[in-house]
Amino acid sequence: MAGLRAFAATVSFSLLFALSPAAAQTPPAVESIQIGLSTDAISITAGFSGADLTIFGSLENPDPLVSRQGRYDVIVVLEGPPRPVVVRRKDRVLGVWINLESETFDNVPVSYSVATTRPLQDIAEPTKYKQLSLGPQNLYMKPAVETDSPATIEEFTAALRERKTATGLYSENVGGVQFLSQSLFRATVRLAPNIPVGTHKARAFLFKSGMFVKESSAQLEIRKSGFEQSIFRVAHDYSFLYGVFAVSLAMLTGWLGRIVFRKD
Amino acid sequence: MGIYLPIAEISVNVFVLLAMGAAVGFLSGMFGVGGGFLITPLLIFYNIPPAIAVATGANQVIASSFSGALSHFKRGTLDFKLGGVLLAGGIVGSTAGIYVFALLRRLGQLDLFISLLYVALLGTVGGLMLVESVNALRASRSGAAPVLKKSGQHNWIHRLPFKMRFRASKLFVSVIPVLGLGAAIGFLSSIMGVGGGFIMVPALIYLLKVPTNVVIGTSLFQIIFTSAYTTLVHATTNQTVDVILAFLLMAGGVAGAQYGAKAGQRLRGEQLRALLALLVLAVAIRLAIDLFATPPNRYSLAGLT
Repeated sequence: MAGLRAFAATVSFSLLFALSPAAAQTPPAVESIQIGLSTDAISITAGFSGADLTIFGSLENPDPLVSRQGRYDVIVVLEGPPRPVVVRRKDRVLGVWINLESETFDNVPVSYSVATTRPLQDIAEPTKYKQLSLGPQNLYMKPAVETDSPATIEEFTAALRERKTATGLYSENVGGVQFLSQSLFRATVRLAPNIPVGTHKARAFLFKSGMFVKESSAQLEIRKSGFEQSIFRVAHDYSFLYGVFAVSLAMLTGWLGRIVFRKD
Repeated sequence: MGIYLPIAEISVNVFVLLAMGAAVGFLSGMFGVGGGFLITPLLIFYNIPPAIAVATGANQVIASSFSGALSHFKRGTLDFKLGGVLLAGGIVGSTAGIYVFALLRRLGQLDLFISLLYVALLGTVGGLMLVESVNALRASRSGAAPVLKKSGQHNWIHRLPFKMRFRASKLFVSVIPVLGLGAAIGFLSSIMGVGGGFIMVPALIYLLKVPTNVVIGTSLFQIIFTSAYTTLVHATTNQTVDVILAFLLMAGGVAGAQYGAKAGQRLRGEQLRALLALLVLAVAIRLAIDLFATPPNRYSLAGLT
């Protein structure tokens, strides 16, 4: 039944096209973007030293002319879970470096990995990125205390971006998105060795001649597995028992050490 | 061979940690100290976050003091009653220390406070020991008999109320300084990850006039429980005890301690103390340099805890 109804719809749709071919071309069908992940969860082990994640996607209804001229641009982002962050600045007090000033930001993505077809500045105007909060340098960081002076907030925001980039958590892979055909593309985003666990969000942004067209997103769960991760989980979930175990292990080692290496 | 530390969340070399444990164990066996005051700064120099270095240091101290206390227990040079009273104070001090630790961590001043405490304490203890041992070396070279302090000499501490009798130590003293000393050691144990033997031993000898033969055993006995309590509380409130890291240090430590004890028998007391003093001072100076040197990056990030 459903198949039949779909068939009927297609028929009526093509009829409509047949009746008014001009209307079908102007306005042209709106492009949209889709991305797909081969898995919705990744397990990484303790020795994880970073990797590349490949995301495939496609453009729907691409305009062949625009496509040929290479005026479609795609930006793919893998965004880590948002967490509050404190940025501290050391200052010299009586010769000693002490954390003095600090600024807290709400909901800062722990990691932020970008892949683009071309350098960001070639794709669109900087204001566009600010509006979309897109790119490691344009991502909006919301200060917890918004009454702080704009200069301070700006300083600490810049430091936050700089630290995140320096530790590899924020990265930009220019040329990381490649068109395989007119509508199919492949994006390679970097997973930092210290990538946080949790729900990550993959987002794809489609630009046409510098104008933002459409966004699409998918979710990816990053988990850690292995022996070390079990220890970490036990230490957090059963912290008292973990403490008892640590103490008993120390006593056992002390006692065994005396028996094995006794010199008196 | 690399190993990933689950709590510190960094990869380290197994052999470096075993060697670090063995070296500190060797020194602790040689000088009769717990070695916590060396382990924690060494871990910090090895890029382990200070909060984890402290909690794991406390865990490691249990192993060395437990094996040390066992031999003193067998020899009967352990005053359980005195140790128990010290311990009661220790629990209070350790609890206070953990609160201060968590508070400083929230304020972002924990690393600074740990370094400052280390520089101040190690600098003072190392300096005093160096002066004392150099004087002793000079005196023995010039042939003069060392001046012994008369036992039974009373100071202000012996005039305090609430006296208690400690039979094994042949002591009749007020519980106030005993509890206070225990509390101070407990506080340092939770903030610095040390057993506190390097403060406890001289304090028991010079302040409370405890006979030297029971001092080390009693001090080790109370350190086991204070550091066990500290480890337990750090594990539950801050989740900063790294069991893998602690185990590697302990394994190296218990082995090194036995050889250190043997080597120590060949050196003279004053020479040993002078060497230890130099070592303690070196650690203090290294930590002090880090405090004053311009950091490579003035900004740091931290999560909200």
